[in-house]
Amino acid sequence: MNNDPNTYLDMELLRFSTAGSVDDGKSTLIGRLLYDSKSIFEDQYEAIEQSSKKKGEEQVNLALLTDGLRSEREQGITIDVAYRYFATPKRKFIIADTPGHIQYTRNMVTGASTSNLSIILIDARKGIIEQTHRHTFIASLLGIPHVVFCINKMDLVDYDEATFERIKKETEAFASKLAVKDIHFIPISALKGDNVVNKSENMPWYKGGTLLYLLENIHIGSDHNHIDCRFPVQYVIRPQTDEFHDYRGYAGRIAGGVFKPGDKVVALPSGFSTTVKSIDTFDGEVEEAFAPMSVTMTLEDEIDISRGDMIVRENNQPEVSQDIEVMVCWMSERPLQLRGKYAVKHTSNDARCIVKDIKYKLDINTLHRLEDEKDIAMNDIARVSLRTTKPLFFDAYQKNRVSGSLIIIDEATNETVGAGMIVG
Amino acid sequence: MQTYNLKHLKELESEAIYVVREVASQFENPVLLFSGGKDSIVCAHIARKAFYPAKIPFPLMHVDTGHNFPETIEFRDKFIKEIGANLIVASVQDSIDQGRVVEEKGFNASRNGLQTTTLLDAIEEHKFDAAMGGARRDEEKARAKERFFSHRDEFGQWDPKNQRPELWNIFNGMKQFGENFRVFPISNWTEMDVWQYVLAEGIELPPLYFAHEREVFSRDGVLMSTSDFIEQKEEEKNMKTTVRFRTIGDMTCTGAVSSEADTLEKIIEEVAATRTTERGTRSDDKRSEAAMEDRKKQGYF
Repeated sequence: MNNDPNTYLDMELLRFSTAGSVDDGKSTLIGRLLYDSKSIFEDQYEAIEQSSKKKGEEQVNLALLTDGLRSEREQGITIDVAYRYFATPKRKFIIADTPGHIQYTRNMVTGASTSNLSIILIDARKGIIEQTHRHTFIASLLGIPHVVFCINKMDLVDYDEATFERIKKETEAFASKLAVKDIHFIPISALKGDNVVNKSENMPWYKGGTLLYLLENIHIGSDHNHIDCRFPVQYVIRPQTDEFHDYRGYAGRIAGGVFKPGDKVVALPSGFSTTVKSIDTFDGEVEEAFAPMSVTMTLEDEIDISRGDMIVRENNQPEVSQDIEVMVCWMSERPLQLRGKYAVKHTSNDARCIVKDIKYKLDINTLHRLEDEKDIAMNDIARVSLRTTKPLFFDAYQKNRVSGSLIIIDEATNETVGAGMIVG
Repeated sequence: MQTYNLKHLKELESEAIYVVREVASQFENPVLLFSGGKDSIVCAHIARKAFYPAKIPFPLMHVDTGHNFPETIEFRDKFIKEIGANLIVASVQDSIDQGRVVEEKGFNASRNGLQTTTLLDAIEEHKFDAAMGGARRDEEKARAKERFFSHRDEFGQWDPKNQRPELWNIFNGMKQFGENFRVFPISNWTEMDVWQYVLAEGIELPPLYFAHEREVFSRDGVLMSTSDFIEQKEEEKNMKTTVRFRTIGDMTCTGAVSSEADTLEKIIEEVAATRTTERGTRSDDKRSEAAMEDRKKQGYF
C-alpha cells in the first residue's frame, strides 16, 4: 500500500453494487477485493477466523465479514443491504452488497439506486440463468450506467475460452434489449483470484484488464446529468444578523446541469424569471455549480421561493404535471392498493397521490408484461399511473436519476412502500 | 474541455451537507450529538458549512459520562464558543443520582452502557425528534447496516430486520408522535476520509489524537490511561510511554496505541499502514460478537 498522504487526497469515488447469494461466489469476490487490496484489518480477519472455526468450517468464511446482523450470521445469508468501503491509491469505492434471490428484489433495488456500476456474477458452469436476467434488468431499470458481468468459477471449466465467449455472446444478445449503456465481460475465479486483483496466468487468451483495473479506470465523469439545469430548493437560509441583514439564500444540492452567476432562471411552480446573483459556499463564492454539489444560491429579484420549489433554466424546463407514469418496485408486505392514497416524496417536494391505474405487472425474469395481473405484492415491479395533489417538476428517470425518482409512503405506517422511476 | 467531476472528499462533504439540511427541513426539533471526538467535530463543521452565513439552527448535545479526558472537555467548551452554537450537557452522573441507572462494578466497570438511558431521557426531556451523530458504517459490522435516517420507536429501539428501505437520496423522516430518528450524515466516510478531511479543511482536534507522553497500563493488549475512574489489578503496572488515541470515548473504555504520529500528515501515514480497526481499542465493542447490535437495539447511538 502506498503511504504517501497526498495520494489519497484527490481521488474519485465509485459506488458499485453486487447482487448474489453465497453460491454465486459473491461474498468470496468481495472478500477477495477487500483482502487483496489490503482493506481487511487483522483484528477483523482474526474475528471471522475464530467464528469460522467455531462453526466447524474448514476455510475462513469471508461472508462472515459482510453479514453484519446476528440473524444473518446464524442463517448464513445476506438479508439487508450492507455497505463496504475500500480504497486503492486511485479511487475510493463504496460497495452496496445485496442479496440475490427474488424475494430480496427490493434490497437489490435499494442498493442499485445509488450505484454507478453493477457487478453481475455468472457461474461459468451454469451460464445465463433466470437470476442473470433479473439482475441485469434491475441494473437497467435503476439506470446504472455501467454493468460488469463477471463470468466466475472459470477454474471449474478449465479456464475454457469457448465457454466464456458463448456466455458473453448470449448475455450481449439479452442486454441489447435493455437500456444498459456500457457493458463489460471478465472471466474470473474469485476463489483462486484469477483476474480479480491480479492478472490470471491461466487465461492468456483474455487480453482485457482485471476487475480491479476496470473499477479503477472506468470513466465515471459523465454519470451525472450536466446538461439539464435542475436545482431543487431544500432549505431557505436567512441569517437575520446585522452583517447579513437582507441575505436570502436558497440551499440545495444540484440535481442536474451547470449553474453560473448571471444565468437567467425560472422558479417553479411560480414561473417567475430572475437571474442568479451568486452561488455561495462556506469557502466563498463559486463560479459554477454542478451535480452533486451542495450550494446556496442567491437571486437578483426578491421572489417567493420555498422548500419544494425548483430553480431551472428558462429555456430548458422539466415536465410539470400532476399525472405521472412510473415503474414502481413494491417494498411492503401490504400490497399496492388500486385507488389507494399514499404520500409521495420527490426531490425536496412532498405531495400525496392516488394510484389511478395499474397498467401491468412485469415478470422480471422474462420481461413479459402481465397486463391482467393487478395484484402488486412485495418485490413486484409494475407500471402504474399516479395522480398527485399538486404538480411535481420532473424528468424521465433515464434522463436524470434525481429529478426522475420518487418514493411512495404508506400514510398509516409512515413506511416507505414503493420506489418509483418516472417514465418519460 | 471543462470536466465536471467532484473528488471524493468534496462529494462526501456535499452528501453530508445535504443530509444535515434535510434534517433541519424535515424535523421540528433536531439536535447534534457532540462527544468532542473527531467524527462529531467533523459533523459540527459540516453543519456550520450547511447553513452559512446563518448559524447552526439546532443545539449540540454532549452525553457526559463524567469520566471524560479533561482535554476533551476543555476542547469542547472552546469549540462551542468559537462556532457560536448552543450546548446542552446530559449527565450520566445525574441519571445515577436519580436512580435511573446503577453503576457497574469491578475492574471493567464503564459508564458507556449507561449513556443510553441518559441519552433517551434527554431526548424525551427536550422533545428532540431527530438526533444526529457522527457514526460511520465502516466502524463496525452492525453499523454497516444503518440507514442515514434511522427510525426509532418510542423506546428508542432500533429494529435492524425491519428498517425502512432508503432509496437514492430521498429520506423519509415521517413518524408517529413520540417516535424519533437517529441521523448519520457521515455514514459513508471511512476513518481515512475523516483524517484527510480534517487535514484538507484545517480542522482543529483535541490534543489526545496526537502522539504525546502519558502514563498508561496494559489490559488485554490495550493501553489504558491511568485515572481515578479505573480500578487497576495488581499485575497491571504503570508505565510512561508515547501514545495517541484513535477514537475518544470515555476514559474507562478507550485505549491508546503506541505511536509517534504527532502531526496530521503522520497520522494519515499511520492510518494508511495500520492493520487493525479503529474500534479495536474500544473494550465496549469486545463484550461479544454482537455487542454493538445489541446496544443499538436498546437505543445506543
